[in-house]
Amino acid sequence: MRPTDLTLAQGLDALERREISSLELTDAFLDAIERLNPRLNAYITVTAEAAREAARASDARRAKGEAGPLEGIPLGIKDLFCTEGVRTTAASRILGPFVPPYESTVTANLKRDGAVFLGKLNMDEFAMGSSNLTSAFGPVENPWSRANDPSKRLVPGGSSGGSAAAVAARLAMGATATDTGGSIRQPAAFCGIAGIKPTYGRCSRWGIVAFASSLDQAGPVARTVEDNAILLSSMAGHDPKDSTSANLPVPDFRAAVARGVKGLRIGVPEEYRLPGMPAEIEALWEQGLAWLREAGAETVPISLPHTKYALPTYYVVAPAEASSNLARYDGVRFGLRENGADLKDLYERTRARGFGAEVRRRIMIGTYVLSAGYYDAYYLKAQKVRALIRRDFEEAWAQCDAIVTPATPSAAFAMDEKQDDPVTMYLNDVFTVTANLAGLPGLAVPAGLDAQGLPLGLQVIGRAFDEETVFAVGGAIERAAGFDAKPGIMA
Amino acid sequence: MSLDAATVRRVANLARLRLEESEVETLRGELNGILGWIEQLQQVDTEGVEPMAGGAPGEARLPWRADAVTDGGIAEKVLANAPDREGAYFAVPKVVE
Repeated sequence: MRPTDLTLAQGLDALERREISSLELTDAFLDAIERLNPRLNAYITVTAEAAREAARASDARRAKGEAGPLEGIPLGIKDLFCTEGVRTTAASRILGPFVPPYESTVTANLKRDGAVFLGKLNMDEFAMGSSNLTSAFGPVENPWSRANDPSKRLVPGGSSGGSAAAVAARLAMGATATDTGGSIRQPAAFCGIAGIKPTYGRCSRWGIVAFASSLDQAGPVARTVEDNAILLSSMAGHDPKDSTSANLPVPDFRAAVARGVKGLRIGVPEEYRLPGMPAEIEALWEQGLAWLREAGAETVPISLPHTKYALPTYYVVAPAEASSNLARYDGVRFGLRENGADLKDLYERTRARGFGAEVRRRIMIGTYVLSAGYYDAYYLKAQKVRALIRRDFEEAWAQCDAIVTPATPSAAFAMDEKQDDPVTMYLNDVFTVTANLAGLPGLAVPAGLDAQGLPLGLQVIGRAFDEETVFAVGGAIERAAGFDAKPGIMA
Repeated sequence: MSLDAATVRRVANLARLRLEESEVETLRGELNGILGWIEQLQQVDTEGVEPMAGGAPGEARLPWRADAVTDGGIAEKVLANAPDREGAYFAVPKVVE
């Protein structure tokens, strides 16, 4: 087996048994990046020398018997996480030359546990998008392609498209990602890998470029559910520097993966049966529920009546928070500056040139819904509907322990499809956005292929701070699905 | 509610986004498409519902800490990414004549 084929758990075992060194493992991934990144564009910045140096230091720690839980594992980092001394762009022109003088809490936690960083991963600009087409550094290509049209270039999903594509193509053993409306789960599903958005507050947001602060959560993507559990254990934990970070112990997520689902009640929300949903997705969902019943779970119909209002609620709340968060990019303290006749002109020229079209659209929507006279009609109304969406889930937990749905309403689409209408693009997140609005954990697991050989995923949603049950259900789906298909482009 | 061109210009001014005259119509169409879709929220009965502020799934309690200086003295780090500076200050075009 080639080193890049190892799962993260297998990599840890191989390192522990001294079958491979971190330097050898890191070099294998750097070689793969050198060969395939020019085509996939998954990395914006590759930090090859720093990675080799970190790998050597890691091998030295292991030799001294000081190995951490992720000792020597090469990871990719979404370019939304500030990394000390390494350019951080949020895939935007406006941050282009920015080199953070500090390290985000999540990446600091990964380093503390021995991880090696290969570089910074491409994404939709400021994490706003479901396709990776909004990156100022060019689109990422999905390593999978359609059997009947292999030359058609597909999107990896977004916003964590670089993270998902890199892991699927074996350009990293795992990666960090963030999820505001589906930005971990949708690209994971499009690229045939697993990814979890934990409960809001599980991971610190400190040092992550902010998009919508009440929705943003960091999480991992990796090829297996177990690898996700290992990564989340390192990423999570209380941080006094984020006032919304939960002061709770981090459970043993890895142990939960093999726990099984015997006796669990799995909720099946009627409202997620969308008119016009592809038959393959409906069939995969039924198959997933059948697997869980065979493993000893009970499936129960539930109702989440405000589901249809989740996306419009999101597209008030998220742009409102974004317009406020992105006010800091003014060309004065860091990032791009476009000079102007006076200070106001400098602000306006910097922001018009620095932000891409989708980011400007969302800043405009957010500014409008927060402006005098419209605040109550839009923003306050959306916050009330959000409370009802959260209440739907609270009522559902009386009848079930986890909820299983499709992860996305379609397989990966082509780069030249769906671009003309913003609202059509927004519908990608129809199954994932509810978990962000309610603050709940959601995991995407690859479960099958469509007729064109493209991966499709299922989603598991759990109670707040009950990622363990989510991992148990995801582990059961993964074992039953036996998903072993591989993308066409791969190291 | 449908935005007119004057409102689009007003919002762009509030957001400090320079807008070329040639962009106004396209943006107006896109924003109206999104706002028209958002309009369906008005169908929801929210009588007596407390708005959900923040993202915490349960009761959110804001933690307190001691009102103490915990950071500082890092002017060079703070200024390291400045597009323009003078001494230990960020520099901008002259504001007062």
